[in-house]
Amino acid sequence: MANGDRTVLQFSTQSTANFSAEVHPLVIFNICDCYVRRPDQAERVIGTLLGSVLSDGTVDIRNSYAVPHTESADQVALDIEYHHNLLVSHQKVNPKEVIVGWYSTGLGVTGRSALIHDFYSREVPNPVHLTVDTGFRNGEGTIKAYVSVNLALGDRQLASQFQEIPLNLRMVEAELLGFDILKTTSVDKLPTDLEGMEVTMQRLLALIDDIYKYVDDVVEGRVAADNSIGRFISDTVAALPKLSPPAFDKLVNDSLQDQLLLLYLSSITRTQLALAEKLNTAAQIL
Amino acid sequence: MAASSTARSFLQVAATEEVVSPLRVVQIEGLVILKIIKHCKEFSPALVTGQLLGLDVGSVLEVTNCFPFPIREEDEEIEADGANYQLEMMRCLREVNVDNNTVGWYQSTILGSYQTVELIETFMNYQENIRRCVCIIYDPSRSNQGVLALKALKLSDSFMELYRANSFTGEKLREKNLSWVDIFEEIPIKVSNSALISAFMTELESDTSVTQCDYDRLQLSSNPYMERNMEFLIECMDDLSMEQQKFQFYYRSLSRQQAQQQAWLQKRRSENMARKAAGEEPLPEEDPTNPIFKPIPEPSRLESFLITNQIANYCNQINGVAGQSFNRLYLMKSLHDN
Repeated sequence: MANGDRTVLQFSTQSTANFSAEVHPLVIFNICDCYVRRPDQAERVIGTLLGSVLSDGTVDIRNSYAVPHTESADQVALDIEYHHNLLVSHQKVNPKEVIVGWYSTGLGVTGRSALIHDFYSREVPNPVHLTVDTGFRNGEGTIKAYVSVNLALGDRQLASQFQEIPLNLRMVEAELLGFDILKTTSVDKLPTDLEGMEVTMQRLLALIDDIYKYVDDVVEGRVAADNSIGRFISDTVAALPKLSPPAFDKLVNDSLQDQLLLLYLSSITRTQLALAEKLNTAAQIL
Repeated sequence: MAASSTARSFLQVAATEEVVSPLRVVQIEGLVILKIIKHCKEFSPALVTGQLLGLDVGSVLEVTNCFPFPIREEDEEIEADGANYQLEMMRCLREVNVDNNTVGWYQSTILGSYQTVELIETFMNYQENIRRCVCIIYDPSRSNQGVLALKALKLSDSFMELYRANSFTGEKLREKNLSWVDIFEEIPIKVSNSALISAFMTELESDTSVTQCDYDRLQLSSNPYMERNMEFLIECMDDLSMEQQKFQFYYRSLSRQQAQQQAWLQKRRSENMARKAAGEEPLPEEDPTNPIFKPIPEPSRLESFLITNQIANYCNQINGVAGQSFNRLYLMKSLHDN
């Protein structure tokens, strides 16, 4: 009955409702590289995250750099001047990238991280803290992002808490490169256009085979039919433009002829070049 | 006697130069490639440059890190600023144990039109200080086609000697047997990654077997790209024909000058005969003050070589894209038949 006397601990979740972060693959590469090159006595690496805040509240993390620091049992010393120098240098190249947070390697958040987070919140209103577990302690490399949330008891500020926010890994650029190049420790040569084309076509063939098998299975009753997949398949097949065979053939042949024409032109140009070179250097002055 | 012989052998040892093994492979880290791609893409279509850092080991040039250069405004004061920026970046990177040696630079290009005199001059500048440097060219416009257009270039040694002597006459070139293919040497690229990165990437790889790269490659419309390529090609052919005309003019004027010289010589000889008959001193058979004896300078072939290189590049690109388009067209045809 004495409800009026109770004060409730509020976790203000509204501010973090639409807060999420997007990480570009370059940041992960940078962090791993700095971790591999860290000085012997340091057990973890700390650095600054650069990026921008998009209009819908997502934080886009695009670049990062390491900041030398020293840690003892309860103290952390960060090289602030270095941090500012590198920030200025980076901004000369790309003035749109600003500080959006900081990162550290290692799983979980420690007490010392709160101190560092405090420092960064003086630079940026709401910094994002990214942890990258390079030790693979959970059997996988976990990457998590946190923001600091204030715990208020009624009107009084109690403490801040690290709350996890959803993290989105944008791997598009890594995909462009091709994961084959990035996965292994060494690749002997970069694939040429035609080899890449071959790989793509093989993947396409594999996909088509999968779909074929699936449809066969459903028809024979081995696999339960799923309506949504069926609809997807029919949509895809319907996406092929409906042209009558002669019209389609004409289209394909026209494009083929254009390409052949260009090939012919380029061969002619090369012959011309060979001739010109001979004329230029072989001419003798009598 | 023994002392002097050992002294001589010591001198001999000191005098032998160390043999520089030729550069065979450039080993780049995945990190560097990602950085280059990001920088070039952000600023495309403007052209950007940056510095490469790494190690020079035997016949392999390892590139382990890089940093971009800010876009230079057209202002003379920024020269000092640019040097300061470079020093600052190198110093800061040194503190986090990144390799501090410059091994070259990278630049972005549009459709492969990078063979200019500025490139050669930058090469020569770098070569003064560093024994081996390499230039990496990245083409962001070709990456839209799903191809990683990354090339490592180096000037060939014979070309560098000629350039230093600043002589590009026909004779010298024939002596060295140098043609336009010998200016730039392309070096194969190897990619290496640290084990930590490969572990991460293996895990973060998306589960679908089809990636954005594949979508780009299977795109049917390559027309705008081909059109731009042809435009550049046509412009280059115009430049080449202008250079050819310069040569023709030179040869014509040279032969005309020779004819004039012969005529003058004949006249002198007949005059001398007349003088001898009259008992006077014969005049000299040469006259350096006469303008028809002035040697005409031969135009340098450097420009025409560079243009030829560019045209060859465009042709190669056209061939590559046409090959891809053939694949796609036949694929589409068979899909439709089914």
